[in-house]
Amino acid sequence: MQDICERYKGFGTRKVFILFFLAVVLLGVSLLAISLGASSVGVFDSFRALFNPSGIAHDIIWQLRLPRIAMAILVGCGLGIAGSVFQAILKNPLASPYTLGMASSAGFGAVLAIIFGGSYYGHYLVAGNAFFFALLASLLILGIARYKSAAPETMILAGIAIMFLFSALSSFLQYMGTADEVHAIVFWFFGSLSKVGWREIAIAAVMILAPVPVLLKWSWDFNLLAAGDESAKALGVNVTKIRMGGVIFASLITAAAICFTGVIGFIGLVAPHIARMILGGDHWFLLPGSALVGSILVLMADTLGRTCWAPQIIPLGIVTSFIGVPFFFYLLMKKKREYW
Amino acid sequence: MLHVEKLCFDYKKTAIIKDIDIELHPGQMLSVVGPNGTGKTTLLKCIAGIFSPGKGEIYIDGMDISKMSRKTHATCVGYVPQDLPGKFPITVFDAVLMGRRPYMTWKPSENDLEKVAAVLESLNLEEIALRDFDRLSGGQKQKVLLARAVAQETAYLLLDEPTSNLDLKHQLEVLELISGMVKKNGVAAMLAMHDLNLASRFSDKIAMMNNGTLVCSGKPHQVMTTENIRSVYGVEAVVHQANGHPHILPTRPVRSAG
Repeated sequence: MQDICERYKGFGTRKVFILFFLAVVLLGVSLLAISLGASSVGVFDSFRALFNPSGIAHDIIWQLRLPRIAMAILVGCGLGIAGSVFQAILKNPLASPYTLGMASSAGFGAVLAIIFGGSYYGHYLVAGNAFFFALLASLLILGIARYKSAAPETMILAGIAIMFLFSALSSFLQYMGTADEVHAIVFWFFGSLSKVGWREIAIAAVMILAPVPVLLKWSWDFNLLAAGDESAKALGVNVTKIRMGGVIFASLITAAAICFTGVIGFIGLVAPHIARMILGGDHWFLLPGSALVGSILVLMADTLGRTCWAPQIIPLGIVTSFIGVPFFFYLLMKKKREYW
Repeated sequence: MLHVEKLCFDYKKTAIIKDIDIELHPGQMLSVVGPNGTGKTTLLKCIAGIFSPGKGEIYIDGMDISKMSRKTHATCVGYVPQDLPGKFPITVFDAVLMGRRPYMTWKPSENDLEKVAAVLESLNLEEIALRDFDRLSGGQKQKVLLARAVAQETAYLLLDEPTSNLDLKHQLEVLELISGMVKKNGVAAMLAMHDLNLASRFSDKIAMMNNGTLVCSGKPHQVMTTENIRSVYGVEAVVHQANGHPHILPTRPVRSAG
């Protein structure tokens, strides 16, 4: 008996070790990202410049690179967590923060602000509107789901319908817009970290990280949903509350992650799957694992996007798919057991 | 004691079960029998807290379950569903650990892990403890779900047709396990059953349902009569007494008059 217990605990220790390893990788990629860029500073020089307030390298790092890196980590972390929560509560491997139409509704919010908003407060107006519309999409879905006792299929179908509605609305406004407006809109849909400063990072950090403790507390409830709604209920889980609460928190995280940066595709879908392949399905490990994998992917994509074709910057939303898809295919082909 | 009083449940304005009264005492095994669609599963799900009944009350040791929190309820009643989860990509140990959910706050404690290991050992599942649930046979899966309910450490166990997916040997094994827990640990078990002979052999008490109502209940030999089987199942049957249990041999369907 002791033997099984010890062996099971061995699995847990291994998972903690993997999380630690992922954190080290993230740190490594961050250091690399600090040193790489249009003006390349060596890893050690950049590390020295971090704490040496004189010199141009210090300013480059603190005002250009570190905010980008911090935002990349936050966005990746948020999309990873939101993705694994959506996949758990909707019991669907295709679920991601965008399945419920959040990206297209946030996009519509941004388009509205770009076309009708003033230019002075433009940046915050676009972000605020994107945030508001992303949440509006999830509220619509929650409203519809309440009539059908929060069935996952209803939520997914409603989400896809909302996605088409807001895409059509955005296209309509783009069709009516001027060339400059359309350019700004297209740029927003590519996703980019170039406009973020420390204030935006602070706002996003609070909104992305605040719900995390609650979601971690629910991690075993998310695990139990895989056993079926009825079994979960019989084991003491308030299924409707977990599903509704999960949608609210994951939507808040998604909205905060994308409102300043635009649509960064794919991370919310693949980060949880990659984490599941290396850590298994227990959300106690999966949530932090998805956060770390998401951060690593976004940071790698952003660093590649701004260095490999410098001084030209390839938008983040494009690079994430370029590096994420082949890596994901590789894992899909290589996997030895069923994770879903 | 589990006490069901005048329980009714409607689905889309159709009454599924009507005015059911049942009592179940610790150390008792009760089988609910009846034709398909008669409301056996619904009755179990109402007691398990999965459905909330329209009218009537369910008391567990004097407490009204509608006034209990979900967690407290899950520490009183364990439920083993009839359908096995379609895809369930976790290890057997994790599946059984889910039974400890009502006792967890953030994550499983040392005590939870030890309890699960003990349950796996007592049900002879140590060999497969770290295997994937999805790769098990139907009989093993059923035993793992039973283990999950045992790990829940409840005084009352509800089992929805625990033998329906199993071959002969596993049917007997699972029922012997349940009856062992009832006899040794004083657990009370309520089972929805299709096989009348297995029900008669293992149960202390049988409740026979038809069209959502309770037709009769009592000791197996009181309930399993030719008349009851004819009127509830529409089947002619010969009932023998063998080894102290009624043994039912169905012969032919009753031809409806006219």
